[in-house]
Amino acid sequence: MIDRDQVLHVARLARLRLTDAEVEAMTGELSTILDHIEKIGELDLDDVVPTSHVVALENVLRRDEPRPSLPREVALDQAPDSDGVGFRVPSPGA
Amino acid sequence: MAEVAYEPVIGLEIHVQLKTATKMFCGCALSFGEEPNTRTCPVCLGLPGTLPVVNEQAVRYGLEIGLALGCELAPRSIFHRKNYFYPDLPKGYQVSQYDIPLARDGRLGDVRIHRVHLEEDAAKLVHAGASGRIHSAEASDVDFNRGGTPLVEIVSEPDLRDAASAAEWLRLLRATLRRLGVSDVNMEEGSLRCDANVSLRPAGSEQLGVKTELKNMNSFRFIERGIDAEIARQEGILRGGGRIEQETLHYDVRSGAISSLRSKEEAHDYRYFPEPDLVPIVPTAEMVERARAAIPELPADRAARFAGELGLAEGQARLLAFRTEVGDFYEAALAAGAGAVEAPALANWTCNDLLAALGEGADPAGSKVTPAALAGLVGMVSAKEISNSAAREVLAKLVADGGDPAAIVAAAGLGRADEGELAAVVERAMADQADAVEKVRAGNAKAIGAIVGAVMRETKGRADGGEVQRLIRERL
Amino acid sequence: MSAAADAFAAVFGPRSGDPSRAVEHTAAELVAAVGAGTLSPAEIWSEYATLAAGDELNAYLWRAAEDPGADAAAPLAGVPLAVKDLFCTEGVPSAAASRILEGYRPPYTATVVERLAAAGAPMLGKTNMDEFAMGSSNENSAFGAVANPWDRERVPGGSSGGSAAAVAGGIAPWAIGTDTGGSIRQPAALCGIVGLKPTYGTVSRYGMIAFASSLDQAGPLTRDVTDAALLLRHMVGGDACDSTSTGHPGEIELPTAERLDGVRFGVPPELTGDGVEPGVRAVFEAALARIEELGGSVTEVPLPHSGHAISAYYVLAPAEASANLARFDGVRYGRRAAADGDLLSLYEQTREEGFGPEVKRRIMLGTYALSSGYYDAYYGRAQRVRTKIAEDFAAAFDQVDLIVCPTSPTVAFKLGERTADPLAMYLSDVLTVPMSLAGIPAISIPGGLADGLPVGIQLAGPAFAENRILDAALALERAIDFRSQAAARG
Repeated sequence: MIDRDQVLHVARLARLRLTDAEVEAMTGELSTILDHIEKIGELDLDDVVPTSHVVALENVLRRDEPRPSLPREVALDQAPDSDGVGFRVPSPGA
Repeated sequence: MAEVAYEPVIGLEIHVQLKTATKMFCGCALSFGEEPNTRTCPVCLGLPGTLPVVNEQAVRYGLEIGLALGCELAPRSIFHRKNYFYPDLPKGYQVSQYDIPLARDGRLGDVRIHRVHLEEDAAKLVHAGASGRIHSAEASDVDFNRGGTPLVEIVSEPDLRDAASAAEWLRLLRATLRRLGVSDVNMEEGSLRCDANVSLRPAGSEQLGVKTELKNMNSFRFIERGIDAEIARQEGILRGGGRIEQETLHYDVRSGAISSLRSKEEAHDYRYFPEPDLVPIVPTAEMVERARAAIPELPADRAARFAGELGLAEGQARLLAFRTEVGDFYEAALAAGAGAVEAPALANWTCNDLLAALGEGADPAGSKVTPAALAGLVGMVSAKEISNSAAREVLAKLVADGGDPAAIVAAAGLGRADEGELAAVVERAMADQADAVEKVRAGNAKAIGAIVGAVMRETKGRADGGEVQRLIRERL
Repeated sequence: MSAAADAFAAVFGPRSGDPSRAVEHTAAELVAAVGAGTLSPAEIWSEYATLAAGDELNAYLWRAAEDPGADAAAPLAGVPLAVKDLFCTEGVPSAAASRILEGYRPPYTATVVERLAAAGAPMLGKTNMDEFAMGSSNENSAFGAVANPWDRERVPGGSSGGSAAAVAGGIAPWAIGTDTGGSIRQPAALCGIVGLKPTYGTVSRYGMIAFASSLDQAGPLTRDVTDAALLLRHMVGGDACDSTSTGHPGEIELPTAERLDGVRFGVPPELTGDGVEPGVRAVFEAALARIEELGGSVTEVPLPHSGHAISAYYVLAPAEASANLARFDGVRYGRRAAADGDLLSLYEQTREEGFGPEVKRRIMLGTYALSSGYYDAYYGRAQRVRTKIAEDFAAAFDQVDLIVCPTSPTVAFKLGERTADPLAMYLSDVLTVPMSLAGIPAISIPGGLADGLPVGIQLAGPAFAENRILDAALALERAIDFRSQAAARG
């Protein structure tokens, strides 16, 4: 179960400005999905090691050797707003 | 009613930019003031589809720092994603270490180290003035040159009790890191950044009070002042019956005011989870051995050696040990002197005269004075071949032009006046200063100064003051 | 017959016997034809460029304008490739079928696309998909749904729906897609073609727009098993740009098996029971009979935790996705909302406008599962379920060589049929997600028809057992002779 306030809180964390209709729909849909998911709560998993990786690799390291960087015009090419020097954003806190 | 005494409890969190050639997770060269956004690539811009690959050298430096700080190295450490939105964070998360840092549980001096971990630096936001595009709002430019620079975060235990010792300990840490050669550790340039966690508790209490985090103070002076200001602020609140709120604070170096950094109330929820794009770091015996072998004698040990074995005063021992470059110059001079110079005398000349003559913060190795020249000069003083004042003159010449002190002494005739010459000068001076001679005889000991002064003037400082006095007294 | 219907007939219908028609050949046959000099790369390119231009399925989002002039001597002889829009391709729109990346042209190309181009498979076009690979029907594309060439009222499956439809529809010789929880295998099954999800790590993920990093894996979608092996051979390999890439321990061999003597097949009751519709079950049982006729043995092996796979998957994948999709913020590339005002509005408005409903739903689900107070109950538990599922497979592979089960519990469903019920859509992946969580390879091959629609048979093996899987799949493919079944459908 997830309620409307939780949906709004999570939407804020995820930087999604949901419409009222979306909040409404999301509350119901996520609750249904979470009810299904919560069945894993029935399993006894106390002594089970969590898996975050299926690959058995370790110490994959890169030599500290410089490679060419992108020309600035390429780096900025896809920016929605740029002055040719940087990526333009509204000042935080402004 | 007696007032409660409060005891400050201080811990430091230090971010150190590593002196690698490339960034933490991509091959871009580190930036030193290049034009904005000229040190970027698809990886450090966070372009869709790109993946991080760990810089081997950053791991090596991290291990060296861990070992140098006496930490236990994690047999297996992993990276996490720390999620939050900010324009200087291109992926919307910072790759950092969380519950299994590279190293933990160490000690430097009197302060325990909680943890040492690797992470990536954020980019830089530069204020760009009012933007035409974003209606009348203030705009900033993001420069990703710094984004992805390797950082080591060092977190101390809350073992410090006042601002001055916090700054002093940070100096030791900086000296240690500089000695390791893993970072420029320059606070002004941001390669060493320090936050302080400060809380107060009633003296004698074991329980910790609510702490605040004082952010990014960029000099030793401001760290000391900032912590003092925060201690005073908290004490004021507690004495007024108030409660301390756990918050992040900014210390304004100009006004001395402390303000809260997070104006909007949004509980931080970083949603850490294991970074699936990276695999664990499992230091092998070879990696650890290599890191261990790379660690030179560290400042704390060096200071102890200077004081213990060489008999230097504690302050000088610390100065020479904490300023690696000065200590190295000193030891080179000591070696060049090959037993002909006394270590404490050489330390005096190095710490006082040489550093004063070179100016604040100068590296003696970059000056025209060679270690052998300094040793030679101090040796001549010890052998009483020249006077102190003549030696200072020679040093000034060495600083200005370099060269060999013996040659300078010979050329300028600065060698100590011999006894025959000196006796003649003394006698002439006593004849000229008959008044003073009378006064001394009448019991006014100070009057001898006028005679000595005359001798010194005559010999242009080549005479030893003590020697002159002796000769005068013999003739009185 | 329209050109599109004609192309579909060329894939699944009786052969015309005209060797100069590229569309009638599998990719391996085209490579051989180029080698024999009966067809040139330019002729193949030209025919397929025309077919792709006539796309009536909405399978393509972008098509190459010019023949790149492939080298006939290259191993893949210039046989062109359809590439899922999830792969970044330099200077070419790469939007993951999302509004938020509409018009985005990356400055670099995904490793696997580069590798295939170098091996002689130039890019013919970019294919439609569910937005950010999130979906099982291709209805979540910002650029419109894709039609299943078998029945245009039906979905092609997803998320690699465009790639599957293009291959089945005869408008691409072969294609690459990505599989996170079934996104190659399920559309392959629904479109009557072969789709292979390799062992996690064997194919570089560099340049593949990430959905769930610990699960995403690229693989081939092809007309037959031989093509899948041929394409996969040139996809695998370690990559210094992907820390999780392992490469494949040996070369991917072209399969040759005709018999299955001594091969032990395990049927997990959990993946063959409730929820598998009768038509699918009938085709599956017929496939088991073929296996035994070919000399293979069939026994039951339990995968006790696979019933919880969907739950674990729909925690882990959205959690990773919630972080992977945080970079779409309107600052460096892609769409930026015309929000005036502050930074927060810019972020929230850009993401609100840029993401479709399913992507938002998964970001919400994943953010929630990682958020303070819920991590242990959701993410932590799901990771442990993942461990149990991997252990189940390991135990099963002590007893059998391969697991066999249907790929999808149903045949292709009608467009719009499941869009209103996200959970029902999620359950479409119930038979493919367990292998994804375990990181093991699995293939889907056409097993026959149910109600005139293709049914996929899935073979899964231990990590790096691609060659074993391909060999068994080839033997089974020959015995099933799906093309004859399809042609007989009329």
